[in-house]
Amino acid sequence: MAVQTKRSKIIQQTFTYAVLTVFVVIAIFPIWQVVNISLRPGDQLLSTSLELMPKNATFDNYVKLFTERDFLRWMGNSAFVSLAVTITGVVFASMAGYGFSRFKFFGKNMGLLSLLTTQMFPATMLLLPMYIMLINLGLINTYLGVIIVYSATALPFCIWTMKGYYDTIPPTLEEAARIDGASQFYAFYKIILPLAAPALVITALFSFMTAWSEYLVAAQILQESLLWTLPLGLKSFEASMSTEWGLYGAASLIVMIPVVILFLALSKWLVSGLTLGSVKG
Amino acid sequence: MSKNKFFITFLVLPAFVLLAAVVFYPFLYNVALAFGNMNLNKIRDWHFIGLRQFVKIFTEPSQPDFYAVFLKTIIWTVVNVTFHVTLGVFLALLLNQQIKGKSIYRTLLVLPWAIPQCIVALTWRGMFNYEYGSFNLILTKYLGLPAVEWLRSPTEAFLACILTNVWLGFPFMMVVALGALQSIPHELYEAAEIDGATWGHQLRTITLPLIRPVMIPAITLGAVWTFNNLNIVWLVSNAGEPSDNTHILVSFVYKAAFNFYSFSYAAALSLVIFLILLVFSLIFMKQSRATEAAY
Repeated sequence: MAVQTKRSKIIQQTFTYAVLTVFVVIAIFPIWQVVNISLRPGDQLLSTSLELMPKNATFDNYVKLFTERDFLRWMGNSAFVSLAVTITGVVFASMAGYGFSRFKFFGKNMGLLSLLTTQMFPATMLLLPMYIMLINLGLINTYLGVIIVYSATALPFCIWTMKGYYDTIPPTLEEAARIDGASQFYAFYKIILPLAAPALVITALFSFMTAWSEYLVAAQILQESLLWTLPLGLKSFEASMSTEWGLYGAASLIVMIPVVILFLALSKWLVSGLTLGSVKG
Repeated sequence: MSKNKFFITFLVLPAFVLLAAVVFYPFLYNVALAFGNMNLNKIRDWHFIGLRQFVKIFTEPSQPDFYAVFLKTIIWTVVNVTFHVTLGVFLALLLNQQIKGKSIYRTLLVLPWAIPQCIVALTWRGMFNYEYGSFNLILTKYLGLPAVEWLRSPTEAFLACILTNVWLGFPFMMVVALGALQSIPHELYEAAEIDGATWGHQLRTITLPLIRPVMIPAITLGAVWTFNNLNIVWLVSNAGEPSDNTHILVSFVYKAAFNFYSFSYAAALSLVIFLILLVFSLIFMKQSRATEAAY
């Protein structure tokens, strides 16, 4: 009996590792493809081999990206836009989330519900009217245009995340501070906000990533190649008549590495932030 | 008391003003547009024409056909979410055992979710290339099968989009399910084991019912995201190729708005999509009695 259970346990373990390994390979495969393409020398870009590493691997594509293309410029554009969206997201969401978590006021439930409803908007529902508004305001081909649209997309989620987190901090903390004579603002700013640091980090990252890797909005608003953000630049390597796979691979890797690292470091938080608001209690 | 009111105003008002300007106003503007006749030539002198855009959507033939696209969107959503949830829960169950290198496996399996969607889409589009894409290379060189015209025929192009999206979506469900699994007390399984319950029995009576409350909101969210996922379909099929046969509703609207500049038509269609999703979410959440938890 004991031998049998031991054997079935070994079979079960083997099965687990085998299946997990297969899925890891599937998960990594496209990323390895990108790495592989980015390292190919010019004459092997259309190679039909599936080697682990290309022959005569070279960093030429990376060098080319920075010396012959506007890549650095696009990177700067993306960084600027993402930073602006992040600051907007964090400032407004940290304040509004606190208000929603701690106080009762007219239109509170309506407000929260409508924030949730925005998650069901198809992308075009906001993009199209905003696009027409931006045309009328002369904000097409400006950074301000994309910053406005991205903030609008990111803010509802950020407010929900912040509210959900503040809800987990006991209000007795502020009450104690208030009894000691602290002002309402002081209690919020000096006591609660530092405690909500994890949620602030998530909010910041979420806003940053929204802006850093967005393509479809930017494609309509930023039409001049000098104003492009990174995803537009990436697409331009792919869109031209002869796809520049080498450049595409190198650029993709540079764009994704910071995001992937940040994401992995915070994926646990991200999920608790996502589910906290919806499945509390 | 009045001081309190001032403080609330200070906290909430800025966000509300911003949201009013960039969410509520555009929303109302979209509703207004849906009843009008705006296109690129009539940006400033458009006027209301009642329900004509909606009549056009539901009755006039379009290329591609609205009902065909709608059906495709439902297939797209159901197939994707089914795979996301099944694979996600399955992998979470595997990861929730005592195994070596658990966190490494977990991290690597989350990767597809971490990569920016536009890169995922463009990379997969490359992998579906007929001559040089790795899918056809694997099919022809290692499996001895004929190459597939992934991006040139409608069914295969749609399948390519689904494959891409399944790959990118399972980690979310996996992480959510893993979180839920870890919160199930061990004693339950020990008790079940003493009672002689089999693994399958435990799965049905303990595991699945207990992760349900967490999974239902996640599935709702996942379904809404998938239904609205413009990035993957648009970029993998390169704007609906071949000849507008690879569309789901959102990509169809995006094309109507930004390639054909039929602004009012697109606005009306956006509104239809939104209402479909709203009704779906309300019914789904109510059915699973999770609505009260949403507050």
